Amino acid sequence: MEKFIYLFRGEGPNREMSPEAMQEHMQKWFAWMSKLTQEGTFVAGEPLQPVGKQVNGTKKLVTDGPFIEAKEMVGGFVIVNARDIDHAVELSKGCPIFDVDGKLEVRPIQKMEMPS
Amino acid sequence: MENPQRNNQVNNVVDHLFRHEAGKMVAVLAHLFGFANVEQAEDIVHDTIVKALETWKFNGVPPNPQAWLYRVAKNNAIDLIRRDKLKHKVEHNVLLQSEYTLVPTVDELFAEPGIKDSQLRMMYACCHPSIPSEGQITLILKILCGLNAKEISNAFLSNEEAINKRLYRTREKIRKEHITLDYPDSNELRDRTEAVLKALYLLFNEGYHSSQPEKLIREDLCEEAMRLVLLLTEEPKTNLPETNALMALMCYQAARFNSRLDDKGFIILLQDQDRSLWNTYLLGKANEYLEKAATGIMIHPYHMEAAIASVHANSLSYETTDWLLILSIYDRLLADTHNPMVALNRALALSEVEGPQIAIGELLSLHELSGSFYYHATLGVLYTKAGNDAEALNHFLDALSMTNSAAEQQLLKRKIAALTAKS
Repeated sequence: MEKFIYLFRGEGPNREMSPEAMQEHMQKWFAWMSKLTQEGTFVAGEPLQPVGKQVNGTKKLVTDGPFIEAKEMVGGFVIVNARDIDHAVELSKGCPIFDVDGKLEVRPIQKMEMPS
Repeated sequence: MENPQRNNQVNNVVDHLFRHEAGKMVAVLAHLFGFANVEQAEDIVHDTIVKALETWKFNGVPPNPQAWLYRVAKNNAIDLIRRDKLKHKVEHNVLLQSEYTLVPTVDELFAEPGIKDSQLRMMYACCHPSIPSEGQITLILKILCGLNAKEISNAFLSNEEAINKRLYRTREKIRKEHITLDYPDSNELRDRTEAVLKALYLLFNEGYHSSQPEKLIREDLCEEAMRLVLLLTEEPKTNLPETNALMALMCYQAARFNSRLDDKGFIILLQDQDRSLWNTYLLGKANEYLEKAATGIMIHPYHMEAAIASVHANSLSYETTDWLLILSIYDRLLADTHNPMVALNRALALSEVEGPQIAIGELLSLHELSGSFYYHATLGVLYTKAGNDAEALNHFLDALSMTNSAAEQQLLKRKIAALTAKS
């Protein structure tokens, strides 16, 4: 098994989404996350606040966020165990972020052992 | 990092938590900011719910989700006031202008009594006499029940654009008429409460009789109406006999919810309903409220409607129903309200007491109802009973041309098929 990180991007629920619809959407996340947990693939996951600081270059210049357009900002991450990248991609397809037109980036976490 | 709590929390979100809390928070924030700033209150609540969604979806629901939401909403509200970002000044509330009182004032409104008080004030504001009836109900659903325009349009079988227009016009009215979230004066209170009860009565009926095919949507409307009437019964100022009578009526009706449609969504008439499916908890509650309603000297139409529902609810079968009693209550109700729909229902009771011919005679004089689906369906039923199949068929066919509801059409088609099979 290898570790993969899912980076979530997207604007999230829009102005048109009602509280009821948002609750339903949240239930889908719970269902997806608990499925990953039950399969033993879930490792970790956290949301990120939409604010922060950026420290830049040799001068360590500090600037305020947000850094980019809302739809490009990373809103959170999940780390999973998967057999290979195809398996990780397959698992990601159950993610409800796609229902709100968001996107998800799957990246293998680099292992320290000698590359094959 | 394992999260062992996650699995337990999956099903722990209370039904409609976001919707109900959104309604409460908008009422509180509008109370805080003034009714003219209600849209900013709605913005804060939207952002609060989004933040909950974005956070909880990773880590599950926090131990006290309500307090979590209120904390976020409070902080956003205080931030908005400190940065002086409200569109319409909050001069009416000096407590918000000093740092000494700002936070305690906000905290107090977000405590249970403050939330109830804010919801009650909001009910009166939504039912202000200058707002037309359909606008009142739409506003209640939007602000107090947390439904959006799309969900409201679903419930009313209307379209989203029409509901948005209606909301826009109603908001214009609020600004122009300077409607505030103050309680009406005590001399006005009874009349204004009458308007609130009327709106909630219509909201309930919309859910109970609506032709919206989806059962869940209809039950939601009834549930919301009952939740708000319950609030009125909990406040001494608004806990009037008619408030209790309306609560009783709603409980009686809601108790029959499960027996009114079969598993295919087809209508089951009262005489064919399985009375063992009636909800005994709600029937018990209904009897309690009706007892509480029996004070004062005034008999309100809700008293009479609840009394009729109570006779039905407490009868063991359709056949053993005390129709004479029901008819006498309808007589009184009709004399007080002159409502043609009451006359129609009275005719059904009349036919049980005096026979269908007499009831048909009375109905034929109600010309104002000749365009109504219920009128022709009722005449069809009465003519069938009287053995006049040809007339019955004509009226069922008329009724069929007047309804778009699949459940009602299906009921009529069954009636028509039964008649044509006989001939």
